[in-house]
Amino acid sequence: MSLFYFNEEHQAVRETARRFTEKEITPFIDEWEESGGIPRELFLKAGEAGLLGMGYDEQYGGTPGDIFHAIAINEELMRAGSGGVVAGLQSLNIGLPPVHRWGSDTLKARIIPEVLAGSKIACLAITEPGAGSDVAGLRTRAEQVTVDGKPFYKVNGSKMFITSGVIADYYTVAVRTGGEGFGGISLLLIEKDIKGFSVGKNLKKMGWWASDTAELFFDDCLVPAENLIGQENQGFYCIMSNFQPERISLAVMANTTSEVALNACLEYVKDRSTFGKTLKDHQIIRHKLAVMASKLEASREFTYRIAARYQAGEDVSMEVSMAKNIATDTSDHITYQATQIFGGMGFMRESVVERLYRDNRILAIGGGTYEIMNEVIAKNLGL
Amino acid sequence: MKFTEEHNEIRRTMAQVIEKEINPYVEQWEEEGIFPAHDLFKKLGNLGLLGVAKPVSYGGLGLDYSYEALVAEELGAIHCGSIPMAIGVQTNMATPALARYGSDELRKEFLTPAIAGDQVASIAVSEPGAGSDVASIKTEARKDGDDYVINGSKMWITNSTQADFLCVLANTSDDARHINKSLIIVPTNTPGVEVSPRLNKLGMRSSDTAQIFFDDVRVPQRFRIGAEGQGFTMQMQQFQEERLFCVASILKTLDLCVSETADYCYERKAFGKPLLDNQYLHYRLAELQTETEIVRAALYQAVEQYVEGEDVTKLASMLKLKTGRLAREVTDGCLQFWGGMGYMWDNKVSRFYRDSRLMSIGGGADEVMLGIICKYLGLLPGQKRG
Ligand SMILES: Cc1cc2nc3c(=O)[nH]c(=O)nc-3n(C[C@H](O)[C@H](O)[C@H](O)COP(=O)(O)OP(=O)(O)OC[C@H]3O[C@@H](n4cnc5c(N)ncnc54)[C@H](O)[C@@H]3O)c2cc1C
Ligand SMILES: Cc1cc2nc3c(=O)[nH]c(=O)nc-3n(C[C@H](O)[C@H](O)[C@H](O)COP(=O)(O)OP(=O)(O)OC[C@H]3O[C@@H](n4cnc5c(N)ncnc54)[C@H](O)[C@@H]3O)c2cc1C
Repeated sequence: MSLFYFNEEHQAVRETARRFTEKEITPFIDEWEESGGIPRELFLKAGEAGLLGMGYDEQYGGTPGDIFHAIAINEELMRAGSGGVVAGLQSLNIGLPPVHRWGSDTLKARIIPEVLAGSKIACLAITEPGAGSDVAGLRTRAEQVTVDGKPFYKVNGSKMFITSGVIADYYTVAVRTGGEGFGGISLLLIEKDIKGFSVGKNLKKMGWWASDTAELFFDDCLVPAENLIGQENQGFYCIMSNFQPERISLAVMANTTSEVALNACLEYVKDRSTFGKTLKDHQIIRHKLAVMASKLEASREFTYRIAARYQAGEDVSMEVSMAKNIATDTSDHITYQATQIFGGMGFMRESVVERLYRDNRILAIGGGTYEIMNEVIAKNLGL
Repeated sequence: MKFTEEHNEIRRTMAQVIEKEINPYVEQWEEEGIFPAHDLFKKLGNLGLLGVAKPVSYGGLGLDYSYEALVAEELGAIHCGSIPMAIGVQTNMATPALARYGSDELRKEFLTPAIAGDQVASIAVSEPGAGSDVASIKTEARKDGDDYVINGSKMWITNSTQADFLCVLANTSDDARHINKSLIIVPTNTPGVEVSPRLNKLGMRSSDTAQIFFDDVRVPQRFRIGAEGQGFTMQMQQFQEERLFCVASILKTLDLCVSETADYCYERKAFGKPLLDNQYLHYRLAELQTETEIVRAALYQAVEQYVEGEDVTKLASMLKLKTGRLAREVTDGCLQFWGGMGYMWDNKVSRFYRDSRLMSIGGGADEVMLGIICKYLGLLPGQKRG
């Protein structure tokens, strides 16, 4: 049995992502964080470097790959210390898979190559102002209509907190086509600039500043029926299975947040001194760091393990929820301790731990909250 | 602690100012990254709220510290952490030593206008190289004729871009570190005082924080508070009030987080029922409120002892430690229950989450509190037991 999750191919992709991050992201982070978004060119550059198409069919411009390719890329992008960049640049990872897995061939051929090349941006829109955790309670309506002899869905409603919502071109949107509950939900691919669709301004939030977050409005918006993804009223299943890799990737983001914060502390405690000793020579500080490192190690190993089982085709929806909660518990702990170890500097915008502290806080909320993960786990325990 | 009608009266006065003069402007001040200190302090000064426990002869109300603590507690109803902190610097951090040990002349010159709200004060202790370890500060005040000539730098000083004077801790001799320091009042318009632009922070956005540089700053020696070499001791004493203030002024904030979160979760529905009807949510909120009440009870006890003239350093330090951690727990726990809304910048709980992070760091970090508590419990290396 191999003791390693990453083989040579994974390492090669990691190397590409590392160089990309160092050259194209890290130098500009502060600027993007303050301006509240990443430039479109970054998507093009990432597409060119092959970082967007990992795991997609070659015929659409993708490169075959598994979840560990995605993890390697995610980790390297996160090392720039900005959760927003990763969330924004990778919004396709939640928006595009439903198209890839369940879209019609025409839809796939039209949409996927552009997104993988980075010339178009994709995102996922499930959450509504009135329904977040309770996905089955969503209310955005899509009714079948015929206009000029062609079939359309007429969409009315709104979506909330959509990552890349401002800059995206393609929106994978959950709508209600049938009755109440999870059995009446479908996914539609909605394109920017169609009549009746508008996007609110970038929402001001605690962290993830380099990614835009928007509210979407649909007002008698006509979407061609061929933009239906998968079968009508089967959307809930697609959404739930799409959540699995998303949650793994959020766990990876949490773990890498922990790692970057821990490393920053390991450096800081060597230089700063109080009471005639460097911080590392105070036992409390050493033990804090020991606990931080232990928690991170355990969380990361668990995430990898569950990712491997997911890759092997096992149903690990319970364990994925566990991995996300363990990882965010860990990153909550570590980012908190990191700002503590940095003292007053931890409260200052100029320190990386200040950003990590803000960015981290979304991870136990987005992609299914901590409490919802516990609901999933409890259900899987037969409760 | 027993509250009299006078206590309630002053509490109401503070509550009214907050409702009329402060909360309506908080959003704007937070957005602008500053608040009008002179304007607001004058309003508070006119009502006597900047000198509750200060001597009547300098314009104070001459009441005991229980009134001060109650006013501080009321400040927690402000919709951000910055304004209570700025007011606390003026009343409980930069001026207690001045009020107690300053010469009559010095108090007339600086304490009276601070209490009246005509002048804004800062406390300048921390330095780029010395925060927790106060004794290791480098700023030096050298005697020259009747003056001190001050050189050095102070870091992260609250109110400082608007301050009229600073209460500066500086080394005034080469003696041992605990007996070589003095507290000196330095007017900010003295030549050689330079204040950096405002620093960009995680929270406390409407409070101005800056670095201060002293380059051959000359002030008369009569600006020193009390005896030379007593500065460290006076500052440690002054910290007691600072810590009691920090604790008192966040309790209502924590109450507010719990109650507004409960209101929100009562209104918001998911899975066919109000969020609040989930057992985990209502139990968790109950737990957070319980802890807050226990801190409040301990605070009242500390205040009572302080009013009796006891040294409450140990209890004040314990309270500061516990409350800093609790503030994070309450704001974090409540934020979670707002879901995505909790992550929005202008959400009140989200703001308190960022603002209150300071409590475990500023005014003596948690680890410093633990060091003090150890000392009082006789737990440190070399301390004899029994
Ligand atoms: C920065 C950001 C980016 C986002 N990006 C996207 C995106 O790209 N696409 C998208 O579709 N959505 C996105 N979201 C939305 C996110 O997925 C939701 O915020 C999240 O699922 C929670 O939903 P909610 O905000 O409606 O909270 P609610 O569902 O209202 O939950 C509020 C609180 O109640 C708790 N709760 C709910 N039900 C229960 C229960 N049964 N038992 C116990 N506790 C419960 C929750 O855990 C939470 O603590 C984003 C959000 C943010 C903040
Ligand atoms: C917004 C803001 C406002 C402020 N306002 C003021 C002000 O108005 N006036 C003023 O004088 N200062 C002010 N400060 C400074 C504040 O008091 C210091 O930041 C604080 O005392 C911590 O000092 P430090 O930042 O130098 O951290 P350090 O002393 O470098 O400490 C770093 C970390 O090491 C820990 N540590 C230190 N010693 C030990 C030990 N022996 N054992 C174990 N752990 C230890 C600390 O607890 C902390 O976690 C402010 C700071 C901020 C952020």
